[in-house]
Amino acid sequence: MLFTKKILDGLTKLSPILKREKLLAVGLVVVLLFIIVSILAPYIAPYDPITYRSAPRLSPPTLAHPMGTDQLRRDVFSRVLNGARAPLVVAFGSIALSMSVGTILGLVSGYVGSVVDRLLSVTMDALYSFPSIILAIVLVAVLEPGVDTMIFAISIVYIPTYFRVTRSEVLTIREETFVEAVNAMGASGFRILFKHIAPNVVNAIMAVSSFNIADAILTEASLSYLGYGLPPPTPDWGFDIQNGQKFLQSGFWWLVTFPGIMIIILSLGFGLIGEGVSDLLNPKRKRKKA
Amino acid sequence: MNNLGAYIVKRLATTIPMLFVLITIVFILLRVIPGDPVQAMLGGRNVSKELIERKRAELGFDKPIHEQYIDYLAGIFRGDFGKSLRTDKPVLHEIFSRFPATLELAFWGMFIALILGVGTGVWAAVKSDTLIDHGLRIFHIGAFAVPLFWMGLMFQIVFAVYLGWLPVGNRLGALSMAMFQPVTKFYVIDTIIKGRLDLLIETLKHLTLPALTLGIIQAGLLGRMSRANMLEIIDLDYVKTARAKGLAERIVVFKHALRNAMIPIVTVLGLQFAILMGGAVLTETVYSWPGIARFLIRSVDARDYPAIQGTIIFIAIFISAINLIVDVLYAQLDPRVRY
Repeated sequence: MLFTKKILDGLTKLSPILKREKLLAVGLVVVLLFIIVSILAPYIAPYDPITYRSAPRLSPPTLAHPMGTDQLRRDVFSRVLNGARAPLVVAFGSIALSMSVGTILGLVSGYVGSVVDRLLSVTMDALYSFPSIILAIVLVAVLEPGVDTMIFAISIVYIPTYFRVTRSEVLTIREETFVEAVNAMGASGFRILFKHIAPNVVNAIMAVSSFNIADAILTEASLSYLGYGLPPPTPDWGFDIQNGQKFLQSGFWWLVTFPGIMIIILSLGFGLIGEGVSDLLNPKRKRKKA
Repeated sequence: MNNLGAYIVKRLATTIPMLFVLITIVFILLRVIPGDPVQAMLGGRNVSKELIERKRAELGFDKPIHEQYIDYLAGIFRGDFGKSLRTDKPVLHEIFSRFPATLELAFWGMFIALILGVGTGVWAAVKSDTLIDHGLRIFHIGAFAVPLFWMGLMFQIVFAVYLGWLPVGNRLGALSMAMFQPVTKFYVIDTIIKGRLDLLIETLKHLTLPALTLGIIQAGLLGRMSRANMLEIIDLDYVKTARAKGLAERIVVFKHALRNAMIPIVTVLGLQFAILMGGAVLTETVYSWPGIARFLIRSVDARDYPAIQGTIIFIAIFISAINLIVDVLYAQLDPRVRY
């Protein structure tokens, strides 16, 4: 009971914010819609994405098959609906992983300083300067293909982002009077770091993370387009585009077009949330825009 | 000039450790994480034990890990990247024969990104909060969200398949490719040197779609940055003074504001180049562009470890060099940076 009340309270607090932050509202609606579709896909998709193979071969969009069919007589619409799951799981998983690792390393590095800080900073700068997709490709290629591998590989790409954001925040917060005060009260370094400094870093991280998820969706799609994603019959937008590419020059445009549009809308949804959150956390930015 | 020399040395002091760390990360990735690269390389589990052992010894994989690491560093230092298992040629030779293709593509991609990104960014800032501004912002945000490979495929279907205006891929048509003897392997330069106008046009036609694909995606980020910087600077007192003096808006924007707004853009160019190299992997795949990124993908698919390792290290060195150059340029551009 208490829990439902809390959620309701949260929602009522959220609604005026959403009315003001239109970008955030639109982004949230898009993302929620995709999450719901990805969960309900097996029930709402008109056909099975893998086993159904009785459609006409390579048919353009019709009423029965609104996004056309592929060379294996499968329904593209059903595959597109079911294909939302892989990018969402991989994107959320990898960002959660890189956020925890990057933030903790950034907190420690910024607070402890000295050799630890220098070593970690050089490593993170090196990773940051390297083309992320190439890093991910190599990781995915040397490991067994699968969801875990994709999450791991993509998370490595974003760790430096969280590290840098957290570290620079810690360096500023560390010098504030309230930290000095708790220090004088005899709090341990661990307590100061996680109880007093960490909560103040959250805002900065929130703003970064939705942009990162938008980017991770694209990275996942790129990896699976290149053939390093989930093993074949699993519906996955990137891989379905690679499959459709073979028929592109013969004019079968629908195999490539529809999964791509889904990637764009989902990635745009997270991007809009990112814009909204940034505006919310930094009202100055908003005024400048107006 | 002496000062500049000292600055370069100082910057090298940070670039070299970074490069060293990257090289070490690559070593760890390729030698420590996977179970057995040799077995993966030879493919399948029913390869004879002796063959695996022989190959391991040949590649030095039977030595203790720290010795392998020292051999590896020594090899890189000597410029010896080993032999490709797939083509049986020195990896460095394979890289150098393909690198001009990648560089030419990256150069034109960056060119388009700068023109389009800075152009639309400044335009949006000048027309701040009008319909033009909103439209351009949507373009900037949208460019982030479009998968590069998908845009490449859409361009192919529209401009190559349906309209037939431009070729679907490669650097030249098969016939021209067979007859053409490149000098520098930068085809735009080569065709001009040889005075082959027909081939120059063919080269540019082949370059258009890949460079546009690579450029448009980058233009989103550059556009956003240019717009934000420009908006900030247009509000500054010195710009207001310039306006108050009665200077034409055009001169205020281009001569006074733009110059300062561009300084932060230069700092991200190094990073942009890294993203561009990543984008090259996808662009080269979509357009069958014979560059190093496509070579890397092929090497990955063939589990050609020396080639993967060599290509990645080469890219790392290249990006570090670009970053160094960008930083030096930046110090030259911005008088506030003291070196």
